[in-house]
Amino acid sequence: MASDNYFRINLLAYFFKNYFIIPIAIIKNIHLLCISKHFFMNMENQSLQDIRDIKNIMERSTRFISLSGWSGVAAGICALAGSWIATKSIAKYVHEKSITYEELIVRFLVIAGCVFVAAFIFAFIFTYLRSKKNNVPMWGITTYRMLINLAIPLIAGGFFVIRILQMEHYFLIAPVCLSFYGLALINASKYTLGEIKYLGYCELILGIANLWIPGYGLIFWAAGFGLLHIIYGVIMWWKYERV
Amino acid sequence: MSNLIENLNKTFDNRIRLGIMSALIVNEEVNFNTLKELIKVTDGNLASHLKALEDMQYIKVKKGFIGRKTNTNYTVTKLGQKAFTTHINALEKMIKNMK
Repeated sequence: MASDNYFRINLLAYFFKNYFIIPIAIIKNIHLLCISKHFFMNMENQSLQDIRDIKNIMERSTRFISLSGWSGVAAGICALAGSWIATKSIAKYVHEKSITYEELIVRFLVIAGCVFVAAFIFAFIFTYLRSKKNNVPMWGITTYRMLINLAIPLIAGGFFVIRILQMEHYFLIAPVCLSFYGLALINASKYTLGEIKYLGYCELILGIANLWIPGYGLIFWAAGFGLLHIIYGVIMWWKYERV
Repeated sequence: MSNLIENLNKTFDNRIRLGIMSALIVNEEVNFNTLKELIKVTDGNLASHLKALEDMQYIKVKKGFIGRKTNTNYTVTKLGQKAFTTHINALEKMIKNMK
């Protein structure tokens, strides 16, 4: 009987311990629980903020971010204007016969050179304005790195164009310009806003497609350097610069 | 929980030190003025945190000249790289825990 009683008391104590004491202990120490929960929450939010800071610094220290969408639009308009003037020259050669084939090629080269210079100047101006506005220095290690990486494929492409001109395979000029420009953009995309690589892929695809569709160089050229630039510029402006 | 916090490196508690390490990890070397622009701090503040990291042997200092101006470049050491990676992994775990 005694052992039965003992067992009963034990059982009671067991219940008491489990259903009263532990909850009471928790209630008594609930502030501690709250504090530690708050502490961990804070730590977690802090971690998230830290990761954001790290990402931000890593990007800003490696990428040139002042490239303005307007530069793209301006370059596109220059290229379209250039193509329009070029079609006029073609008309002169085909219909009026007022210029020779050699003169036509020279005109093309002059127009292309002017377009390149004008687009470069506009790109410079808009980028300068944007870096002023964002209060980021325009010339830094990131600018230098982007330009170098842009220039390497472009210069290689330049030699190809010179040789093609010498060999008089004129139909190859537009494909080579587009392809090497696309490669240059893809190469430089690691050092500036990454979206530019999609522009690069599009230029590359157009360039390669043009290899099998000879005779339409000017149209491909206008689409690649004109239309794509304008589309790209507007998208970039919409995404990053719209207030 | 507790071992998560242990993995967080006390040295990187500070925003400026975290910024310095982030920039050095992704660049071969970064000079003083670039760091100053990136993190947006005063000279003295930046210098003291650079000194702290240098004392921990997380970064190396290379002093040079461009013309007459001093040009101080910083690079991350193997030790610093390891410490930073551990810290990032701890942060990542912490965030995963949140969900």
